[in-house]
Amino acid sequence: MSEHALAPSADAVLIGEAMTGGYGGADILHSCTIAVEKGEIAVIVGPNGAGKSTAMKAVFGMLKLREGQVRLNGEDITGLSPQARVRKGMAFVPQNANIFPSMTVEENLEMGAFIREDDFSGTMKQVFELFPILRDKRRQAAGELSGGQRQQVAVGRALMTKPTVLMLDEPTAGVSPIVMDELFDRIIEVARTGISILMVEQNARQALAIADKGYVLVQGRNRYTDTGEALLADPEVRKSFLGG
Amino acid sequence: MDPLNAIVALTNFVLIPALAYGSQIALGALGITLIYGILRFAHFAHGDIMALGTAVVILVTWGFQAQGIGLGPLPTALLALPFGIAATILYLLAVDRTVYRFYRKVKAKPMIFVMAALGVMFVTNGITRLVMGPSEQRFADGERFIISVREFRDWTGLAEGLALRSAQALTIVVALIAMVLLFWFLNRTRAGKSMRAYSDNEDLALLSGINPERVVVITWAITGTLIVLAGTLYGLDKSYRPFTYFQLLLPFFAAAIVGGLGNPMGAIIGGYVVAFAEMGITYAWRRVFTHLLPEGWEPTGLMQILPVDYKFAVTFGILVIVLIFRPTGIFKGRTL
Repeated sequence: MSEHALAPSADAVLIGEAMTGGYGGADILHSCTIAVEKGEIAVIVGPNGAGKSTAMKAVFGMLKLREGQVRLNGEDITGLSPQARVRKGMAFVPQNANIFPSMTVEENLEMGAFIREDDFSGTMKQVFELFPILRDKRRQAAGELSGGQRQQVAVGRALMTKPTVLMLDEPTAGVSPIVMDELFDRIIEVARTGISILMVEQNARQALAIADKGYVLVQGRNRYTDTGEALLADPEVRKSFLGG
Repeated sequence: MDPLNAIVALTNFVLIPALAYGSQIALGALGITLIYGILRFAHFAHGDIMALGTAVVILVTWGFQAQGIGLGPLPTALLALPFGIAATILYLLAVDRTVYRFYRKVKAKPMIFVMAALGVMFVTNGITRLVMGPSEQRFADGERFIISVREFRDWTGLAEGLALRSAQALTIVVALIAMVLLFWFLNRTRAGKSMRAYSDNEDLALLSGINPERVVVITWAITGTLIVLAGTLYGLDKSYRPFTYFQLLLPFFAAAIVGGLGNPMGAIIGGYVVAFAEMGITYAWRRVFTHLLPEGWEPTGLMQILPVDYKFAVTFGILVIVLIFRPTGIFKGRTL
């Protein structure tokens, strides 16, 4: 299979094209391209140290690119800070420390909507519909919830800005398999509402199963890019990255 | 045996003074805890800022008194409070601009912040000396007692008297109002919630679009208000002396740490814990026990665990015990 079996289409919602850069020292990403289309789920997988999270952080503006470009809805946002990107419609759920632990679930969601001047009660209702458990626990401190519930709070907080792209950094890290399945179901539901999703995952097999598009990175380079289904079926990908 | 007299004596000599003193400490400790939660450093200039802010209140009070402006039975200082608070907030913001903001920008280590705060402490101390001098000042006026010992004895016919000074009552009432307003602000308003969010998770707060400089300004404004309230009430209740105010730093920190650094409710509880411990351990309990024990059993000694001069040793002891056995405080706060 060629390296770029599916070249990103020009009308991708979010595209980080030929990104090269690192955290000051040597480059971690080498001409790496990540794109996500409207309402689709794109998953970045790869071995440890492949630069999966770095690629996502680069797309979000958390590290400086030496080369390459990030475009959101066709607009070049390469020079924008993460905060400015949030205002442009990107939302990011970090892997760790992604909630306000001493604040209630409801307050966490309110803080997610901090930049909104309009009435956000409708969005909060949608989040509660998506994660019914949060409605029951809305007066409870988010730090007291279980790991899976916290992830729901984190995703809910990010959704409060009504983003066009939701980026998740290993949303299922440290949760049980049952909770993981449930989280993936919810992520599919979010994508169905038209929000594009870009996520980094350790659980490659399960993540590719729900992905419209998968990016297999190795040492900061695109190794395989295809639909999730095709990657799962590819014997080479299976052998090298999915454990047979 | 006369338990009623014992209760009256205890209330008069321990409960009421400790409640007032505890309220003053709580107001100071709230500032320490807020600054620690938001700006993440130990604000050692707190006591001297209190001295400076209160100095402004005293000067304005004297001005009002000279012109014959007063509040009748209430102390004139209440009228001067807004001036002192405004001046203190401006001073704190100026210090933040010139000193702390730089260290925030370069993401300095907490220890460097503490050293900077120490410098601010010395400078503030010097300014206070220039403006007020080092000696004791009195500025209380208005009605001195709500209940005096003589009145109380006449009403009740008890051997023990009970006095409630207006400064004590005022302290408790004002502190209560300030605390209620503070909690309303922190829990119900958007700005207050953004402060808590910033204290909880700085990075996520930034991602959520919360402006850190705004949070910092609000924090200084609240701290300035609380500290001038504390200083003025302390001055009315006891007396004003810059060095005494500097020394209050210890109970402030002890209260904040006992309650759990970064936790406002903890700072309040901690304030009362420290005050009651100081009062209880340095009080001569003979009177109370004389009333409580059967005749012939009266204690001959003072029944005082430590002399009053050692009240800071009590606070220090509490601080050490908490830091050894429960460094996060009563409510889980951060460790220093």
